[in-house]
Amino acid sequence: MTSLQRRIVSRTAEVFCGFAVLIALLPLAAILFYVIREGIGALNLAFFTQMPKPVGEAGGGMGNAIAGTLILIGLAALFAVPVGVVCGIHLAEYPGSKFTSIVRFAADVLNGVPSIVVGIFAYGIAVLPVKRFSAIAGGVALAILMLPIVIRTTEELLRLVPSGLREGALALGASRSRAIFTVILPAALPGILTGILVALARIAGETAPLLFTSFNNRFWSTNLAQPIASLTVQVFTYAISPYEDWHRQAWAGAFLLVMMILTLSMIARFAVRRLERMNRP
Amino acid sequence: MSQTKITVRDFDFYYGSAKVLHGITLDVPENQVTALIGPSGCGKSTFVRSINRMNDIIPEAHGEGTILIDGKNVYGRETDVVSLRRRVGMVFQKSNPFPKSIFDNVAYGLRINGRKTKRDIEQIVEKSLTRAALWDEVKDRLNGSAFALSGGQQQRLCIARALAVDPEILLMDEPASALDPIATTKIEELIYELKSNYTIVIVTHNMQQAARVSDQTAFFMLGKLVEVSDTKTIFMNPKEKMTEDYVTGRFG
Repeated sequence: MTSLQRRIVSRTAEVFCGFAVLIALLPLAAILFYVIREGIGALNLAFFTQMPKPVGEAGGGMGNAIAGTLILIGLAALFAVPVGVVCGIHLAEYPGSKFTSIVRFAADVLNGVPSIVVGIFAYGIAVLPVKRFSAIAGGVALAILMLPIVIRTTEELLRLVPSGLREGALALGASRSRAIFTVILPAALPGILTGILVALARIAGETAPLLFTSFNNRFWSTNLAQPIASLTVQVFTYAISPYEDWHRQAWAGAFLLVMMILTLSMIARFAVRRLERMNRP
Repeated sequence: MSQTKITVRDFDFYYGSAKVLHGITLDVPENQVTALIGPSGCGKSTFVRSINRMNDIIPEAHGEGTILIDGKNVYGRETDVVSLRRRVGMVFQKSNPFPKSIFDNVAYGLRINGRKTKRDIEQIVEKSLTRAALWDEVKDRLNGSAFALSGGQQQRLCIARALAVDPEILLMDEPASALDPIATTKIEELIYELKSNYTIVIVTHNMQQAARVSDQTAFFMLGKLVEVSDTKTIFMNPKEKMTEDYVTGRFG
């Protein structure tokens, strides 16, 4: 191949790559553009502070749905993080045990289960027995969706901890669990925290599993045993309604949701950088 | 000749079905430095890691035969690995400070070993860092990250960390192989100082180093202990042809 030919091939490949990147970015840019254009205009103080108004009455807001979403993802984290981190530790630190392959397989399968199916399952275990939709049931559904992500992130990040640290702790007479909790886990913590935040960002946007677990609530509620509103379900309800005012609020809700998820991702990156700076000079 | 601290008799070691150590028999005298030399992959690291049972964490690896410390079987059923490792400290080839402050690194072994007052810990940390010839360099930044230290300082920190729990034996697996000559000299001087209080077993690729720091040298080859004798004899007047070839640089 002559140098001219090589340059042509190289340039063609570059153009092709650039084109592919553009195509990949286009939907993201378009979504952001539309959501911001439609949503930002409908955003006002009332949207954050007020409850939904009855049909036909203009105004009102999604204050209850914002609080509801925060409560739901908080519950999900409360359920999923301890279990997920412990499972991840088991996978990474006790690879010899028979249990390991079962847990890993279960986590992978769970990761592929459609969220609506998880919702039905949560309906079965947390709604049917008490015959009532509740924030708890919604939290359970979201926790199940979050669990596999937390498990696999924890496992992968613990594996990335240099084996020298593990050996160093053991050589000083640390028991295995001691080494895990005092040296290995802290070393992997920034990454695990990011994983948790990323998982939270993912489940914050879930709608389907909430439809028949936490349901919806037109009123302010922080009662975990009662149905609770959430941004996603509220956006869904408003978006399919025939009212112009509700459509505007749905856009505002979508905008807020995107911003929340964006903020979570940014906190994740920021937190990691800070923690890493503490760990490394 | 001083008393024997570690007695090894017909020790074999396997990774799965692969036999990597063949009938090692060796006496390590107390408060002396024993150097293990030999080409890469000859089993010296595996052997030194067998003494504090570091190999236990490798799945499907196991040893056969006897290793006694003060007459007690390291692999005996009643031996508690955790307390064994507190008596047998280890320094690794690649310095492995924890992602903690300098102080916390040295204090780690003390804290996991249980009840000590804050004052005790502070005193022992200072003593250990002084022994490891690092105190003057770090005394003003004990709360700084251990990663901010140079490679040689990190390795001395790891030595200080091992000394803090007051072991009887110190195993060193090529402690200076990743360091420049100046840092290496410091480590070697340190080893020389330490041997009055500790029994030291050091693995090294560097034959000059073995000659400089050790009292006794053992030459390993293909998982077998070819020859062990006092260091002078190994280097000046070895019995085995293979040892002579190796120490004179004819192979390896």
